[in-house]
Amino acid sequence: MDENPAFKVGDQLILQGSDFSELIVRLKAAAYRVVGPMVRDGCIVFDEISGVEDLPAGFGDNQDAATYRLRQCDDMALFGYNNGPQSVKRFLYTPQREIWKARRNRKTVSIHLPDTEPVKTAFLGVRPCDLNAVLIQDRVFTRGEYLDDDYNKRRENSLIIVVNCTEAGKTCFCSSMNTGPRATAGFDLALTEILHADHHYFLLEVGSDRGLSIVAGMPCDHASDQQLRTAAESVTRAADNMGRSIDASGLKELLIRNIDNVYWDSVGHRCLTCANCTMVCPTCFCSTVEDTTDLTGNTAHRIRRWDSCFTMDFSYIHGGSVRPSAKARYRQWIIHKLASWHEQFGTSGCVGCGRCITWCPVGIDITEEARAIRQRDIRPAEVSETMEV
Amino acid sequence: MVPKKEKKKAKLAVWKFASCDGCQLSLLDCEDELLAVADAVDIANFPEASRAIVKGPYEISLVEGSITTPHDAERIHRIRRASKFLVTIGACATAGGIQALRNYTDVREFTSAIYASPKYITTLQNSTPITDHIPVDLELRGCPVNKYQLIEVVSAYLNRRKPNVSPYSVCIECKLRGHNCVMVARGTPCLGPITHAGCDAVCPGFDRGCYSCFGPKETPNTRAMAERFEEMGVSADDLVRMFRSFNAEADEFRKESIIHERQD
Repeated sequence: MDENPAFKVGDQLILQGSDFSELIVRLKAAAYRVVGPMVRDGCIVFDEISGVEDLPAGFGDNQDAATYRLRQCDDMALFGYNNGPQSVKRFLYTPQREIWKARRNRKTVSIHLPDTEPVKTAFLGVRPCDLNAVLIQDRVFTRGEYLDDDYNKRRENSLIIVVNCTEAGKTCFCSSMNTGPRATAGFDLALTEILHADHHYFLLEVGSDRGLSIVAGMPCDHASDQQLRTAAESVTRAADNMGRSIDASGLKELLIRNIDNVYWDSVGHRCLTCANCTMVCPTCFCSTVEDTTDLTGNTAHRIRRWDSCFTMDFSYIHGGSVRPSAKARYRQWIIHKLASWHEQFGTSGCVGCGRCITWCPVGIDITEEARAIRQRDIRPAEVSETMEV
Repeated sequence: MVPKKEKKKAKLAVWKFASCDGCQLSLLDCEDELLAVADAVDIANFPEASRAIVKGPYEISLVEGSITTPHDAERIHRIRRASKFLVTIGACATAGGIQALRNYTDVREFTSAIYASPKYITTLQNSTPITDHIPVDLELRGCPVNKYQLIEVVSAYLNRRKPNVSPYSVCIECKLRGHNCVMVARGTPCLGPITHAGCDAVCPGFDRGCYSCFGPKETPNTRAMAERFEEMGVSADDLVRMFRSFNAEADEFRKESIIHERQD
């Protein structure tokens, strides 16, 4: 039987709130592990969900620099919260994984590669900023000379269901980075949750064949003009309420010409070099490699683990660390993120998710630091004067 | 038949100074790996495990405890001379331990309060880490040390490789494990951002702030950390207590604790 032959990629459909659980049922029927948002230990985190009852219905959050608090909302929106500490990076680019292990038998050594294939995973509730972060990591790991096989496999086995933002948090600035609050491409399905007094429904956009195969046969109607307008207005509301902003104009040049600005000392005094910002950043991709052996030396393991430009070991070369001061490490991070990333990968490394602001224990704010440098800008003329000296 | 040549095993010795024995017990606590350890090394001196003492020199010496008596200040030099690779294990050996709290007061007050005849007690005014007395090859942090790190150090030495004991913050361990930040999400003061990794973020995993059992991390910004705690409402007295615990004699913590001491 041909189900809903009218549906196609690009369609904008309406899924009633009461039918939402059907989406999860269908994902599971298609053999997807479903990873979505849930409340755990005072935060909304991503983990495997078994059904709609695991979603954080009625939960929201208050965020600001160095502060995150869950709160109960008046409504029962399933996605009425802003980003928690984790992004899908945890699942696509895992914190730690074995690269290979070696075994020694008398005089021979054999190398074994991990033979685990990634599980087909549907990521439900990916925010537009985080979708853009995935697209940025795609550029890092799936293109160019250096490919990450594990990431590639996990990506090939993933299905992304975006939830557009209808509310913005106080540390959000995706509008400035052009990554939200509405996703325009790169998703398999995109949802916009609409909650009126007695109506609860989702605008469901079909972004790919993979997404279409899930939606085919679901109890959806095509969206009316009125419903499309309502969804668009909800997203605009989020854009209008962005908690923070960053002036992206000429940002790359600004930061690079201010590499010797004395202002960096101020950040150096505040920064703990704890690396939280890089750990929660959805695009930060640095890793280190560790070799271990057992006591006998008959087995050895090589593992890859998330690393951070805020550690001393990260820039250690013969003779010591290249960036011993907190100032040098913070400057390295922000300039890479907002400036030299463009040269390396053709985009900004920042998607404006605001996690580095919320989860910095001392509340260092990337938007404020960029603004402070702009206010204290060493003009190009001054730079050339200095260079003549 | 030529008898199979037995590979000579490295001699490992465990030495105790002023300490609770908890760190050397971590070695006995390596239940699953204990036989492998005993297989890989000759345990030459290990008071908590056996009374047998094998004569030195020793390839690996694990030193537990801090220096608190004139006798120990002498003894540590003899151990250094008899050891090839000397590793200090635990907060006492690396930072003076909890007993270094006496460094902030007059030790005679304690001896007279506790001992019936304090005149028989010969003790030093300060409890000091082993590095204040001899050169040390590696310091393994913690109160107590992490038993897996202990095995890692022995294993790395035997296999001639670098041990994986990172000096970065506990925050990295928290994030690798997927724990939520107790400081940001709960408002709980946590020393994790300035504390040396190694415990695998035990306390934040149970929704508690870090007590800094492993002492200061590399480049710890204690000033900014304390300022943030003050904003969160931590009193000066509590700040002193936070910086003065198991690692009271660690340089950065000592300096920060003095800043918050009340001048009365």
